Amino acid sequence: MPVFEAHVEVTHLPGIADPAGATVERALPALGYTNVAQVHIGKTIRLTVDAPDAEAARAQVNEMCERLLANPVIEAYEVVIT
Amino acid sequence: MSVRVGVVVFPGTNCELDVQYAIEQLGAQTELLWHGEDTTRGVDAVVVPGGFAHGDYLRTGAIARFSPVMHAVGEHARAGGPTVGICNGFQVLCEAHLLPGALQKNAGLKFLCADAQLRVETTSTALTSRAKVGDVLTIPINHFEGNYVCDEFTLAEMQETERIVFRYVDNPNGSLDDIAGICNAEGNVVGLMPHPERASDVLLGSDDGVVLLKSLVAAATGRATLLV
Repeated sequence: MPVFEAHVEVTHLPGIADPAGATVERALPALGYTNVAQVHIGKTIRLTVDAPDAEAARAQVNEMCERLLANPVIEAYEVVIT
Repeated sequence: MSVRVGVVVFPGTNCELDVQYAIEQLGAQTELLWHGEDTTRGVDAVVVPGGFAHGDYLRTGAIARFSPVMHAVGEHARAGGPTVGICNGFQVLCEAHLLPGALQKNAGLKFLCADAQLRVETTSTALTSRAKVGDVLTIPINHFEGNYVCDEFTLAEMQETERIVFRYVDNPNGSLDDIAGICNAEGNVVGLMPHPERASDVLLGSDDGVVLLKSLVAAATGRATLLV
């Protein structure tokens, strides 16, 4: 079975507070960058998965996100399969 | 007949001995429930204590919720068994969907280690039956991710059905609606961020946690009697 690479990005849902992102956004002007906004901090998870095709790989990784890799109460996720 | 309270231990849990000590001084027996075994050994109540289960890796409680013991804890909770999650335990219960919502990083991004004043909002729970509505209890908090959040519908439902168990008098972490602890619809599953076991003796600075632990022992006693 082919091996697929999955790149998962987990971020806060819009409307959920992101104190880490807000803190970085406040710190950047002190370094001279006054034109930056909308800083959000998330996490990246990379993995490989054996699957018959890319669609099957994506479906499984989505399921893994729903169950473990992200908490749908507070997080959104994006999956890229290559 | 002696009442038995089970205290769950995950790799990284660190409050189990304090919880055992505080409960045993109230006359109940306690035993540790190792995360790797799918059983609650027929105990009358379960406490999921504080600490850093699985190092808080990925998200607090995210991995712990899949430990074998949580299957048994879920069955115990759904059958009406008194179930209390303290701090990391509250996070585990939310990840396990035994309670709604989630705990996020504190709004000030500081790890908080301090006394907190909690107002008891309902006595219809396994943890507050011996307290009075309006009681203000001084109980320590010790957390980086205690900022409770849930969607507006869940919040409205919890407000309407009196499922918000404790509110902070002076919200230290940005929790939605100043929530420090909540319960399920039946009131047998309670989660709270503060540590009642650390307020179990005047020598510790406060024994305000005793009334909560006594409520839990009473709930456990009721369950033991019921199931005999």
